[in-house]
Amino acid sequence: MVTQLDFETDLTFTADEMMTIVASRELSDGNVVFVGIGIPSTAANLARLTHAPKVVLVYESGTIGTKPTRPPLSIGDGELAETADAVVSVPEIFAYWLQAGRIDIGFLGAAQLDRWGNLNTTVVGDYDNPTVRLPGAGGAPEIAFNAHKTMVVLRQNPRAFVDHLDFITSVGHYEGHDSRSALGAAGGGPSIVITDIGVLRPDALTSELVLVSLHPGRTIDEAVSGTGWDLRIADDLATTAPPTAAELAALRELSGS
Amino acid sequence: MPTITTLRHAVAEHVHDGDTVALEGFTHLIPVAAGHEIIRQRRRNLRLVRMTPDIVYDQMIGAGTASSLVFSWGGNPGVGSLHRFRDAIEKGYPHPLAIEEHSHGGMSVRYSAGASGLPFGVLRGYAGTDLPQHTDSISTIQCPFTGESLAAVSALNPDVGIIHAQQADRDGNIGFWGIQGVQKEAVLASRRSIVTVEEIVDTFDSRVRVVLPSWVVSAIAVVPRGAHPSYAHGYYERDNSYYREWDEISRDRNSFDEWLQHHVYDTEDFAQHLAMTPDLAGV
Repeated sequence: MVTQLDFETDLTFTADEMMTIVASRELSDGNVVFVGIGIPSTAANLARLTHAPKVVLVYESGTIGTKPTRPPLSIGDGELAETADAVVSVPEIFAYWLQAGRIDIGFLGAAQLDRWGNLNTTVVGDYDNPTVRLPGAGGAPEIAFNAHKTMVVLRQNPRAFVDHLDFITSVGHYEGHDSRSALGAAGGGPSIVITDIGVLRPDALTSELVLVSLHPGRTIDEAVSGTGWDLRIADDLATTAPPTAAELAALRELSGS
Repeated sequence: MPTITTLRHAVAEHVHDGDTVALEGFTHLIPVAAGHEIIRQRRRNLRLVRMTPDIVYDQMIGAGTASSLVFSWGGNPGVGSLHRFRDAIEKGYPHPLAIEEHSHGGMSVRYSAGASGLPFGVLRGYAGTDLPQHTDSISTIQCPFTGESLAAVSALNPDVGIIHAQQADRDGNIGFWGIQGVQKEAVLASRRSIVTVEEIVDTFDSRVRVVLPSWVVSAIAVVPRGAHPSYAHGYYERDNSYYREWDEISRDRNSFDEWLQHHVYDTEDFAQHLAMTPDLAGV
């Protein structure tokens, strides 16, 4: 595994750890968060076990306010139901809770993302004659459409950060400006994209994703060459605060590593 | 009043070639034993419906039971790809598989509409995505009260709905608890239904949260561990290592065929298959 050394803190961490910790910092007490498996689940649980003990975790399996001790392998692990405040059916979680606007933050991943934060999890290549058939939509289109805002976690490389999606599975800022709200989307769309290189946020006017922060030790060149469109860089480009010893310790304990 | 019978008889009576068949169970209580029995009886040309085709549908697709698939997410949860599903869609092996693809929200609304006896359901979604242009069962409708444009999806009414539950009582009522998925809707939307259960009890466990009355169920079969490698809350845990091992077994056509022969065609029932599966956890 590639690790990185932060010279100021003398701590080593992996790209996954950096992404997970940045994502967890975005969550606050009281946020109702709709999470999927992988980094989103780990990040949401890390927030719950560190700075945001009152964050509310919701999984699409219908578990509301769940408190697992270990990151689950599937969104329906038994521990999620055992530790939940409520367990509801799948039609109910999507209708009463997500569609009705009770989710503050939705977490999404993807195979491909474009400059507007639209996501593809369906197919690489032609739909009817695919190069790679991906799992498909799952609950992502509804999360993308109805959560008040979404966070996307995705490694930044030209295969993932593409100029043109092979398939729009989940809508981000659609075609920019006010095109998303014109679709009737209830939520605000992606507010942050967290990569292994840095952090992107939508431009206030156009909604195009802009690189606003680089993780410690990463470069603008890496971000640009990892992006399949002409990446915009913020004038006041920041450096992401490196993981603290406490954050790394909590994450590693949670992950059992 | 459902017939309490063997799984073999239930499938023989209720699942026919060419049927639309829904096996539901959302990560929990997946009716895997019933899927194996459908393969064992060599059903063909099925239109398979399931929100999350995972290992059991990978097996059914790889065995050639299906000519089409209605779904919203096809993967091995927490592991990766479904290789038999991908081989069917990408390479047409063992034969081409037509797909009718939705989101989870869309599928759950379709089941609810089917269970409600309505021709379609509505949701806020799909706008701006590429799904409507590939899926005929997605359209739009204008709200007659507010004028809002909403997605409309056609109802799902399978010929057979199949689920696994923890318990049936002696009158044939079905009881389950834990993550409930879309099982109730799948049974109520379907013309016929088969329920496999862990056991038949005199009175339900106090944890039972969902009860399906006996008169909405066609057949019940007792199949202990019938949801393996998924789990039955209160009975056994999810066999995570099996999900990882399936990635290896299913990656290659020959190793899959060998698995299929040994574990399904050469076995009498699911219990024989389980007996060949070492290290079952959480009994």
